[in-house]
Amino acid sequence: MLYREAGQFKTTYGADQQIFPILQDRIFVLAVIAAALLVVPLFASQYLYTEILIPFLILSLAAIGLNILVGYCGQVSLGTGGFMAVGAYAAYNLWLRVPEANNLIVVFLFGGLMSAAVGILFGIPSLRIKGFYLAVATLASQFFLDWLFARVKWLTNYTPSGSVAVGDTSAFGWKIDTPMERYLFILAFVVVATVVAKNLVRGHIGRSWMAIRDMDIAAEIIGFRPLRTKLTAFAVSSFFIGIAGAMWAFLRLGAWEPLAFDINRSFQILFMVIIGGLGSLLGSFLGAAFIVLTPIVLNQLPGWFGVKMSTALLSHLEFMVFGAMIVFFLIVEPHGLARLWAIAKEKLRLWPFPH
Amino acid sequence: MLGPFLETLIGGLLTGVLYSLVALGFVLIFKASGVFNFAQGAMVLFAALTIARLAGAIDNKEVFLGQFVAAAAVLGVALALVGWYVWREYMARGGGGDERRKVLLLSLLGAVAGGAAAYAYGKGAWPMWLAIAATAAIMGLLAYAIERLVLRHLVNQEGIILFMATLGIAYFLDGFGQTLWGSDIYKINLGLPKDPIFLFEGVFPGGLLVDPGDLVAAVIAAVLVIVLALFFQKTRIGRALRAVADDHAAAQSVGIPLNMIWLVVWTVSGLVALAAGLIWGAKLGVQFSISLIALKALPVLILGGFTSVPGAIVGGLIIGAGEKLSEVFLAPILVKQFDLAGGGIENWFAYMLALVFLLFRPQGLFGERIIERV
Repeated sequence: MLYREAGQFKTTYGADQQIFPILQDRIFVLAVIAAALLVVPLFASQYLYTEILIPFLILSLAAIGLNILVGYCGQVSLGTGGFMAVGAYAAYNLWLRVPEANNLIVVFLFGGLMSAAVGILFGIPSLRIKGFYLAVATLASQFFLDWLFARVKWLTNYTPSGSVAVGDTSAFGWKIDTPMERYLFILAFVVVATVVAKNLVRGHIGRSWMAIRDMDIAAEIIGFRPLRTKLTAFAVSSFFIGIAGAMWAFLRLGAWEPLAFDINRSFQILFMVIIGGLGSLLGSFLGAAFIVLTPIVLNQLPGWFGVKMSTALLSHLEFMVFGAMIVFFLIVEPHGLARLWAIAKEKLRLWPFPH
Repeated sequence: MLGPFLETLIGGLLTGVLYSLVALGFVLIFKASGVFNFAQGAMVLFAALTIARLAGAIDNKEVFLGQFVAAAAVLGVALALVGWYVWREYMARGGGGDERRKVLLLSLLGAVAGGAAAYAYGKGAWPMWLAIAATAAIMGLLAYAIERLVLRHLVNQEGIILFMATLGIAYFLDGFGQTLWGSDIYKINLGLPKDPIFLFEGVFPGGLLVDPGDLVAAVIAAVLVIVLALFFQKTRIGRALRAVADDHAAAQSVGIPLNMIWLVVWTVSGLVALAAGLIWGAKLGVQFSISLIALKALPVLILGGFTSVPGAIVGGLIIGAGEKLSEVFLAPILVKQFDLAGGGIENWFAYMLALVFLLFRPQGLFGERIIERV
């Protein structure tokens, strides 16, 4: 009854081309953002910020980046962790070596740009290598970058343990210190980045990505240059992933070592993209929420039922249940959570009538 | 100079054989079902843990009796089924009756017999051959479960969805194996000689140092490869497997049951995982890091081609040799030149090597030529 576009006439091209053509969608999205901005800080605890909200937002951004590459351009990548590491360490080195640039926004954008450059470099093989061969080939970037940050001492400022830390984080004089400030800063960044990503994927460049994804030879024949299209996808994707990596390092961890961006991180982000839904920005958020929340819930579950378990056993059981849930989700809905959402919306339009 | 070089080369080649053993499991499944099975490493770990535990790497004997009984029950079922199959094929052609009920009854009997036998005699450690047989039966059961519970529901999905599903299976198996058998480091004792032997002492000063365990492992791997090749080329099921690999739909239309084929491939690659687990476990000890061996096998896979058994072997040899040679000869130069905090380049060198090969042959050395049509 409430969710129906009847009577909403589009009289201009602008109105017809909006991101959310239905009024109720616009209101809903604005309400969610407003709630995240205004209501959440009223009640959120430190635990909620640092363990749930901040990881969720940052990993959503990384998932958006990977979704651009895998979901929109069809190039499967297992090197996400490596690109996050590039963002993190590039940002760290700029922050460390150029005191004038001690502004989180500048630092993060620099991390993103460096990651984009590395992404282009490792994207070049995608012109010849396709499918699973490419997926495995991207692991080369993961392992090489892991190794690079563990071994090249200059990148970690010659710290003996190889772990680096950042203090004093601020943007335009605003000192970002408490979990709430971090959360708000990340939220703003993610909202802007999502709008940018949405406009990219629905514009000319996004369509060229999708053409390459659906059939690259056909796309080439009708005039999309595969080289440029694939490399822009790699660049844009790594840019987002690099920013997410820098955020993860600066605002989530504070002090980190290359292990924070190992291959498990890559798989984690890929899970988010697949579970959320390939080729859907909303899916990136849903998938991130699912992957962030599941281990936390699994970890707490025995406690809620008053069952005592050793931590080792608990972590093994967690692995089991997590794996089983992934398989279950893939069987029940291979198109991801975003598809479930779309089905729910379809149903809602007709509710309370069956047809 | 030649001596150390050859020594490294031989060591690398022998390690490479082990990589190809893991890669072989990948290839078998990819060929027959187009599934990029990331769970192969987890299967290796699971098999190794099971063998190690059953063969007696136990400190508390009473606690694990239940698992012994369960393993024996699975073994009993497997024996009963195989016996029944052989009997039906060769003794009683044309016999009718309710087969399903017979199978069920026989499995139950086998399980009870196996379980009872284990309860009566299996309180300590089992001999190695029995542990291996039980593990083989368990891997078969695992293959059946995977086919039944996962693959059957994901028919006709895109490759990446299947890949993700096997990643889920990998997580599950890692957790399951360690929940069941504990996560300590176990030893598998195959009774291999440990002392290094020297070859060609007359030709080189000091001879070439070779680990006999590696040598035995290489021989086992070679035998396994030959057996598999014969299985693929000479048997009826092997021919069916090749038919499915060529064209699913065509194979199905001439009456080859796809589900059965998948079950066979997963069982075979489970057995390959068992062999790999046995050898790696004897070499390094059974621990979680064994499941990461899958990551070592991936460059072998793309180098040799996803669909080629010889490719897995040759790829394994190239990767093994390249990895060791780079670590020994290239890494010190890099460390010196760029002031690095240690070498360890073998983790990525294999991938880079494979990547360079792929730039020239995108389908790997022996992979099927990728023909693209609009």
